[in-house]
Amino acid sequence: MTTNDMPRWATGIVLPILNLLSALLVAALVIHLLGEDPVESMQILINSAIVNPEGLSYTLFYASTFVFTGLAVSIAMQAGLFNIGAEGQMYFGGLGLTLAMLAFDASLPWYLLIPVGMIGAALFGGLWAFIPGYLQAKRGSHIVVTTIMFNFIAASLMNFVIVKYLIPPGEQNTASRVFSDAAALPPLNAWFPVLGDTPLNISFFLAIIALVIYGVAVSRSAWGYKLRATGLNKHAAHYAGVKISAMIIVTMLISGALAGLGAVNSIMGSTHYLSLNFVGGAGFVGIAIALMGRQHPFGIFLSSVLFGALIQGGFDLSLEKPNIPTETFIFIQGLIILFCGAMENLYAPVLIKLIKGKKG
Amino acid sequence: MQPAVEFRGISKHFGAVKANTDVSFAIAKGAIHGLVGENGAGKSTLMSILYGYYHADGGEILLDGQARQIRSSQEAIRLGIGMVHQHFMLVENMTVLDNVMLGTEGGFRLSSHRAATEKKLREICATYRLDVDPLATIHDLSVGAQQRVEILKQIYRSANILILDEPTAVLTAQETESLFQILRLFKEQGKTIILITHKLQEIMDITDSVTVMRAGRVVGAVQTAATSKEELANMMVGRPIENNLPRAPYNPGQPVLEVRDLQLKDSTGVALLEEIGFTLRAGEIVAIAGVSGNGQSELMEILSGMRLPTSGSADFEGKPLPFDRHDADGLPLVYRHLGIAHVPEDRLRDGVVKNFSVMQNTVLGYQDHLKGGFGLFDFKHIAARCESLLKEFDVRPPNPDLRIGLLSGGNQQKVVIAREVLAKPKLMLVGQPTRGVDIGTIEAIHTQLLALRDAGVAILLVSVELEEVRALADRILVMCGGRITGELKIEEFDTTRIGLLMGGMHKS
Repeated sequence: MTTNDMPRWATGIVLPILNLLSALLVAALVIHLLGEDPVESMQILINSAIVNPEGLSYTLFYASTFVFTGLAVSIAMQAGLFNIGAEGQMYFGGLGLTLAMLAFDASLPWYLLIPVGMIGAALFGGLWAFIPGYLQAKRGSHIVVTTIMFNFIAASLMNFVIVKYLIPPGEQNTASRVFSDAAALPPLNAWFPVLGDTPLNISFFLAIIALVIYGVAVSRSAWGYKLRATGLNKHAAHYAGVKISAMIIVTMLISGALAGLGAVNSIMGSTHYLSLNFVGGAGFVGIAIALMGRQHPFGIFLSSVLFGALIQGGFDLSLEKPNIPTETFIFIQGLIILFCGAMENLYAPVLIKLIKGKKG
Repeated sequence: MQPAVEFRGISKHFGAVKANTDVSFAIAKGAIHGLVGENGAGKSTLMSILYGYYHADGGEILLDGQARQIRSSQEAIRLGIGMVHQHFMLVENMTVLDNVMLGTEGGFRLSSHRAATEKKLREICATYRLDVDPLATIHDLSVGAQQRVEILKQIYRSANILILDEPTAVLTAQETESLFQILRLFKEQGKTIILITHKLQEIMDITDSVTVMRAGRVVGAVQTAATSKEELANMMVGRPIENNLPRAPYNPGQPVLEVRDLQLKDSTGVALLEEIGFTLRAGEIVAIAGVSGNGQSELMEILSGMRLPTSGSADFEGKPLPFDRHDADGLPLVYRHLGIAHVPEDRLRDGVVKNFSVMQNTVLGYQDHLKGGFGLFDFKHIAARCESLLKEFDVRPPNPDLRIGLLSGGNQQKVVIAREVLAKPKLMLVGQPTRGVDIGTIEAIHTQLLALRDAGVAILLVSVELEEVRALADRILVMCGGRITGELKIEEFDTTRIGLLMGGMHKS
């Protein structure tokens, strides 16, 4: 038996949980070395990220963005493309959204501003991924290299655009002007006061809708079939009549558009203006989420919530425990990527033996 | 005399699958021993146990009369067992010498050891007449020479028992003959050889004794001199094999495919196909014979839309195929819509997606026919379609959710052929339909193709097996060096003449 032939509950649930526990175990060890009690720290983390309603609200707020970047990386992975550029694509998507808002936020009502903002974000995010996609399909330039470069290009370009054109006259802050109130996404605390003063908004539902559409498109449609065939065996896909280069370009467009949509929650749902480096690593977290969630919609959702909880809980933890720096979250995130990505099959041989032992 | 290898009651199961059940037989020292059986009969499992990849659940292995525990392949090598795999285990961009040294470098500094090894290799090459240059790079060598490197490696590691897994599958007739010469020399030196093969003629030609396996058990152990191909085939399959399958009288209909002056050049301007022209009619099988790599693959790729020719034309049912396209992206689908089905010769590369289930693979190429509203699949319909297809073509096991990579080669091929037949094509392109497929399945596949012909489908068959060409073809085209060098009717079938045409001799 190989990892491919293990039952789905084993690869989809047991392995990720074992990997996650391993990561947390190493994290606990480090917390212990820092001179804090790991058990107590873990309690604080869980309390402030999940048990406390306000904390949970923050967790889900972060998760709403991560779902989009996770989906972006996942859909590209289905086609065998490793899109590391979600960071830059979301950043550029933020520009599209902001330009749309700056143009229309005074004239359009809120229910039109939301779709307009989404279109702007998806369009610009998609454009930023289209170029690497085109280069891969037509010129054979490797997508990993080009998307990394495009992250850097996006960072510099946005720096230029914000500083040169978007800072309102007389302001020092490297950010665009604040949008009008009509451009704010309806927050959920209007319906659920228990959530307190938190930015969780309707983009959480947009994220759920995106997950459902992704799930149906990938596993139930003819297009998704061609997408996966391309990812698993390009020769067979060509034999089956798939237009490989078109498939690569379209997939990257969708991937970039999804990453761009991640900006909707961050900007329209929280800050209401475009600021320098607003993405803050959400694109890279998307890679971890796609790996850990195994590109399955439910897995992507759970991983997004997990990473949201780590940010929220890690932040509170560093406030309560002065010995634990804020960077601990990045450290734990790194451990999770290490265990769930690079060493995802660490426990597979043991598990295979157990399964076989039970049957034989 | 003490047997070199003796299996005593070897059993091995994987979950519910019993790969080996109570396997017992002995191989005499200095003999060439054949091991035959259909795919999945348990030959490979048994050899993997001997080579230390697997551990038997029961039974024991005796080498030179002594019971041995073989826990790993390193241990097998130490005990003088060498294995030449069907897929070579060579580093393509290293030299022969470095490949042989790999794993036995003998210290941090290579240079001193390398000189000694090279000397020894040259000695071995001389002794066994292995025509290999130790300093040549692997990817410059022909397949036959690469196989000699594998053998060289085993001799260098002083193997006394040599296991060869389907060694001739990739060789031309001449290369096969020179391999057999080497094996005979081996035998003279007192070494023992275990030969796994599908080709019964080879068993008859070279082995001293044969063990036949079926469904994990030994069903026959005979001296080669006392048996025949037919008897072996019957033992393997468990029933008599029909050599001359029934077919309707030859009565070709309208021309389906007319190819004219097809040319193909690769990116460096080398001609892969030149002046290819022929006509294929409804209800006939035209076989293209030839040594593999003489343009047959390229021709099939062009006719199935996977590739575009440099020049020339082909009319399908009187209308030209769109050879003026910019690139071949998506073209196979266009051809499929016209009624051209294709069983690709490299099944695992082109014909299936290994990590898809059997059911998902029955959709490959027809995904756009099968989609419903909003481009979504109707899985009930697809499952029903798959189930009837598995039943009709006797795919084993008939489990639609199994990953197709887990099926034997023969059953994978049945799925591919079933899928293409189901599309009711007017023209069927079939490349090497029975490569790596066992006898029982070959018969089933041939029956299917003949039924298709009798139903009026035009079939273009590429095969390097003359037996297969003889069994199926109505007319034969012979290809060599990208050209058609001759054409014969089936009544004119003559191995010598075809052999000459395959070698590029035009009839004068």
